[in-house]
Amino acid sequence: MPADWLWGLFGGLLIGSAGAIYLLVNGRVMGASGILGGVLDGSARDTMKERLAFIAGLVIVPAIAVFLVGGAETHVTQNLSIVAIAGLLVGVGTRIANGCTSGHGVCGISRLSLRGIVATVFYIGAGGLTVVLFRHMWGVI
Amino acid sequence: MRYLTAALSGAVFGIGLWLSGMTDTRKVQGWLDVFGDWDPTLAFVMGGAIVPMAIAWQIAARGKAPALGGDFPAPPEPRLGRNLVIGSVLFGMGWGLAGLCPGPAMASLSWGGTGGLVFLVAMGVGMAAAPPLKARMAEAV
Repeated sequence: MPADWLWGLFGGLLIGSAGAIYLLVNGRVMGASGILGGVLDGSARDTMKERLAFIAGLVIVPAIAVFLVGGAETHVTQNLSIVAIAGLLVGVGTRIANGCTSGHGVCGISRLSLRGIVATVFYIGAGGLTVVLFRHMWGVI
Repeated sequence: MRYLTAALSGAVFGIGLWLSGMTDTRKVQGWLDVFGDWDPTLAFVMGGAIVPMAIAWQIAARGKAPALGGDFPAPPEPRLGRNLVIGSVLFGMGWGLAGLCPGPAMASLSWGGTGGLVFLVAMGVGMAAAPPLKARMAEAV
């Protein structure tokens, strides 16, 4: 298997390039939770179509690519209660914090935004603690 | 044109998330699992993404306007605030539990199976529920 870190680096460069296009061409911060959240809570208004176009590209193009290579696996847990609770936490949390891994992480840290850096420290810290507790202490995930 | 470039950005973002391994919850939880079989891939993804994005912010700082008109995003708000911390902690807990954040959850919609779909729906519910929650939190100060 070719080194995972190399794929990570290459994929990361694509992620950053996508953010660069969205910033320099469309003039917007590429934050996945903000783009989707604005659609769902009705705050998008005049940017609705632009958000939907972004989401369409994000869902459809990887779908085609993964179909062409014969499938991929997310390895997400089969425990649907855990998945549902996790989804709720991610949805509420990212909107209260105003950003997720792409908005606060990629776009925030790259402009040395203190908010982005602090948010990233807290969600990685909380995520790490959650995995340690639920995997090693209680064996749930 | 705006919609086309937004879709292109979403597509490049999604392909990057998939190739980097970030739609695989094992790699994400592996990164968070510092006491287990630690997987450093996410650091390479983050590093790879921040480079083009940092260059884009530099170009934006020197440029007048985005290619398709309008204004560049305002400088980041310097104030941190309680919402940033509480929201990021909630987000991190959900991220750790399932190994999915908003971007990869959308990108992997076609191959994420029932678990991916349940996560996405719950995340959408959480996002829609966040604004009233946020208002309550503001009142409770």
